[in-house]
Amino acid sequence: MLPPPSHAWLWWIPLLPLIGSALCGALHLATLSARKRDPQAKGLAGLAPLIACAAMAGALALAVKGFLDLRALDAAARVLNSPAWEWITVGDPRQPWFDVDLRLVLDPLSSTLGLVITGVGLLIHIYASGYMKGDAGYAKFFAYLNLFVFAMLMLVLSSSLLGVFVGWEGVGLCSYLLIGFWYEKGWPAEAAQKAFITNRVGDACFLIGSFLLLRLFGTLDMHEIVARMGSDFRLDAIDENVKLNIALAALFLFGGCCGKSAQMPLFTWLPDAMAGPTPVSALIHAATMVTSGIYLVVRLNPLFASSPAVMTLISGVGVATALIGGSTALVQRDIKKVLAYSTVSQLGYMFLGLGTGAFGAAVFHLVTHAFFKALLFLGAGSVIHGMHEEQDMHKMGGLRKHMPQTFATFLAGAAALSGLPLMSGFFSKDEILAHTFNSGGVYYAFWIVGVLTAAMTAYYTWRMVALTFFGPERFDHHHVHPHESPAVMTVPLMVLAVLSVLGGVLGLPPVFHAAHALNDWLAPVVAPGVAILNQLHPHEHLSHATEWVLLGLGAAVALAFAHTGFRTYAAGPEPDLAIGRGAPGVAAFLGDAWSIDSAYSRVVILPLRVFAFVVRFIVDQVVIDGLVNGAGSLAKNLALRARGMASGQLDAYALWMGGGAAVISLWWMWS
Amino acid sequence: MQYELVLLTFLPLLGALAIAFTPKGAERLQRLAALATTLVVAALGVRLFLAYGDSGSDQGRFLFELPWFSLPSSYGADTAVNFKLGLDGVSLLMVTLTAVLMPIVILSTWGHVHKRVKEFMVWMLVMQTGMLGTFLALDLVLFYFFWEISLIPLYFLIGIWGGERRLYATVKFFLYTLAGSLVMMVAIIWILWTRGTSDVFELINILCRAPLTEQLWLFAAFALAFGIKVPLLPFHTWLPDAHTEAPTSGSVVLAGVLLKMGTYGLVRFCIHMLPGAAVEAAPVMMALGAIGILYGALLAWAQDDLKRLIACSSVSHLGYVVLGLFALTPAGINGGMLQMVNHGISTGLLFLLVGMIYERRHSRALDAFGGVAVAMPLFALFWVITTLSSVGLPGLNGFVGEYLVLVGAFQASPLWAIVGLSGVIFGAVYMLMATRRMLFGALDKPENRELTDLNAREIGLMLPLVALVVWLGVSPNTFMAKTQPSIEMVNLRIAEARRAALAGLDAAPAAPASQREESAR
Repeated sequence: MLPPPSHAWLWWIPLLPLIGSALCGALHLATLSARKRDPQAKGLAGLAPLIACAAMAGALALAVKGFLDLRALDAAARVLNSPAWEWITVGDPRQPWFDVDLRLVLDPLSSTLGLVITGVGLLIHIYASGYMKGDAGYAKFFAYLNLFVFAMLMLVLSSSLLGVFVGWEGVGLCSYLLIGFWYEKGWPAEAAQKAFITNRVGDACFLIGSFLLLRLFGTLDMHEIVARMGSDFRLDAIDENVKLNIALAALFLFGGCCGKSAQMPLFTWLPDAMAGPTPVSALIHAATMVTSGIYLVVRLNPLFASSPAVMTLISGVGVATALIGGSTALVQRDIKKVLAYSTVSQLGYMFLGLGTGAFGAAVFHLVTHAFFKALLFLGAGSVIHGMHEEQDMHKMGGLRKHMPQTFATFLAGAAALSGLPLMSGFFSKDEILAHTFNSGGVYYAFWIVGVLTAAMTAYYTWRMVALTFFGPERFDHHHVHPHESPAVMTVPLMVLAVLSVLGGVLGLPPVFHAAHALNDWLAPVVAPGVAILNQLHPHEHLSHATEWVLLGLGAAVALAFAHTGFRTYAAGPEPDLAIGRGAPGVAAFLGDAWSIDSAYSRVVILPLRVFAFVVRFIVDQVVIDGLVNGAGSLAKNLALRARGMASGQLDAYALWMGGGAAVISLWWMWS
Repeated sequence: MQYELVLLTFLPLLGALAIAFTPKGAERLQRLAALATTLVVAALGVRLFLAYGDSGSDQGRFLFELPWFSLPSSYGADTAVNFKLGLDGVSLLMVTLTAVLMPIVILSTWGHVHKRVKEFMVWMLVMQTGMLGTFLALDLVLFYFFWEISLIPLYFLIGIWGGERRLYATVKFFLYTLAGSLVMMVAIIWILWTRGTSDVFELINILCRAPLTEQLWLFAAFALAFGIKVPLLPFHTWLPDAHTEAPTSGSVVLAGVLLKMGTYGLVRFCIHMLPGAAVEAAPVMMALGAIGILYGALLAWAQDDLKRLIACSSVSHLGYVVLGLFALTPAGINGGMLQMVNHGISTGLLFLLVGMIYERRHSRALDAFGGVAVAMPLFALFWVITTLSSVGLPGLNGFVGEYLVLVGAFQASPLWAIVGLSGVIFGAVYMLMATRRMLFGALDKPENRELTDLNAREIGLMLPLVALVVWLGVSPNTFMAKTQPSIEMVNLRIAEARRAALAGLDAAPAAPASQREESAR
């Protein structure tokens, strides 16, 4: 149960970015009207990043304060509650039929996510103030970015599932606006539309899940639902029908997660989302928004833990997505596409972990991934910036000399992503794989695929590093003059690089005989789910020997394939062309992400589009309207024959009919 | 005796009379007179809304009642027909919407009504009286009177100021609605003849105890009239034609208010007055609503004329209203009522925006546009906000109504709720498709490069509606708290009818329902 709502200040965490967004929006409108008089006018758009960053810094400071407040409390009592906004009340407020109170709750989970969102978010805002400089929509960009942070914070801080949905759709909107930021180019607008609609499919599932939860628990407050599935909840004591409904609710909510977190079968929007400016890819499509699904599963952990079939499905979907994303990233030429498919793949790892009940490990990977993937995207942005908007790695090469700071930090990110020993990604990925291995049964198969994907990850990461920063310079020296980015962009890279390297200390494995800080911190949140999992099958810890073997294997795979990837491409992109010649089918299949997207176009979208036209031209125009017009002309013919008043004027007829009806009715009433 | 409602209802008519006597060429005077009249009416409407507290009589407040005439009945005494107006939670939002929307509509005519301005204003004002009267009438005969009155002005508005195929559209719309109305009239005559009263709240207390067969016949007659007006699948084909041919202001009123007369009638008469039949017919009505959501959305997706697309989207959105109302659950009915207002606002805005771009570009074909956001950033801003409201983004008005409708429907029938949920997806599909093809991409057509952005009048007239979009989305309780007591009455009736249906009885228990309602409160 929630403590008394005494922390109104929590509202300021999301409200600060919202206010920042409104101010930046006003600046943009002012710039527009200034531009009416003078097309070159910049107006006050230059103030926008200052406002936006100040809002972010304020939100970060409050998130830190919340974190410190929580730490000062006993582990079991680490919950801060805000007063509620009574949003929707149906019926008498004292005894409503249905009501939704929006309240913000800070607990270890939302605090962790809140720190990542505001912390990484602030760095990306600072970076963007350099990256977007000179863009016509400079102020608008920061308005959208701050609005996004507002929605994302609502998502992780709300205690009501409908409050989460406010953030859930809100981040979707901002994603839409930011993917389509350069809409006049055309294809970004199409990518934005695809992202929104694909997410809508997931959102519809989310809504069904919420209906089922409401039916099961009579409330949408997640803290209350979790509390009801708390310590005295016995899975074997509940009705089969209820169990089925719990499983269905978990299933549909997971469907929502598949949309937002780009999992099979709804992942195809994320690679296209790279049409947005690169800071957007870093913030929204790597570090924060796409991890919403992971957050939701962890938040409702006892619900998911109660349905083993759904848990297995989550792991299966996760590992399949990891494999598809990882294998597709192997052959991409566009540096952002490599990172996009890599993100799809890494999110798959997180779901793999969730399905094994390793909620803490999934959050751990979420956090380290936020560090290193944000770093890699921003690094890629720095490269693209320095290369005059070139994204094709085949046209890069040798950039380490031209942009040393970007190069050094990019290496740190690559080491973390590929899981080189002792880097942050090494520990978090290893923890997920160890849990998978420990779960036995079908999870052994998942583990094998997971290790295979880890090998691919190391390979494509170092292929990317080699193609971008090593080998011969393949760009046209007359037109492209690569240069290092300004400090406002490289300093955030350095901060993120440090976090990517050292992030592993948040969760050292048991064999290191150190505290797993993140797991201990999250323990009160995931305890109900873990308790239910233990009811289902008592959990055994891996022996230290096994764990050493798994760690060693992970390190060996990462090192071996990183080395191979790097060596293969160190001299240039020739091996890519060789694959294209040797096995064009395989190259095309992988390059097109297993042709899933084009299959959707043929199997889902085209038939629906045809059906819509059938509805318009046949069902509506011929059948229904045919009947209507037929009835009309039939009545007309009968009337004409009966009364012989063939004026031929339809409106005269209408008047006759109206008048006649009036006369008849008057006669009826008074007789 | 209180005169607020009489004043509210007939002030537009007075304005119309005054305008009728102005000299022919004085267009400016006529426009300003119409605007002033509607502004006063809007102020009165807002005042009533604010004065309407969340506790008080559920059987009509600010009552105005005068004996009118009497009709024979089988009941012994004659049926007294009264001129009775009253406001309650079912009509409150509709009355306020009608009052607030009209000055906006009048202001929008500056851009597109250039011929026969005087007549146009007169018909607009007459229509407002008809619509307000329809919502406020608490006497069955008076209701019918206003219902028919409000039909005629639109006939002329489309017929005189409409597009190329206006004649076809007018006749179709007029005959279609008239056919429904005549069937309703027969039902009304039957009620007057057999029950000996035409007072709506008396009839609500009497008819809930009528035999189920009789209720079903009456339900069918009313539902046909209202279903055509809503319009409910499969009676919808008049709407896209009427919208496409109507002038902008006509479309706004048609979508914003006139269609709501149908859904209002469904709540007031089909559900509240005939709860037994409503419970019986609910599965059919929910099915029609849910299929209508999907059907309208697919239809909209296949359009390439912007205005026709929005007209089809109306079919889809009103499907939500019907789905929610006939879920017959508190959430569903509340959601349906809220969605009536939401649709009025967001679709009203969409028609206004389409009108604004049509005035500049003289085309509504989606293919004619592309990159408009570059030329008209403010237009794009308003369009995107309205689109988001229309697709039900949380935080804006559409979401609250839509969610309540779907929650309510899910409680009654998961199947139809899930069919209806497809509208959440397809609604985004057609609206974003239209948005992308119109606003985004390169500004490559020379005609579009010349487009000028919105002027102060256009921005000003939309701002109140945008404010409502946000207000309804963030704080729907302001509105729902006021309607709640009346909706609770409807809920009680439904609960009674459900009990009766479960007990296998043809009629509800003998005790007068009004007494039990008193004790239940």
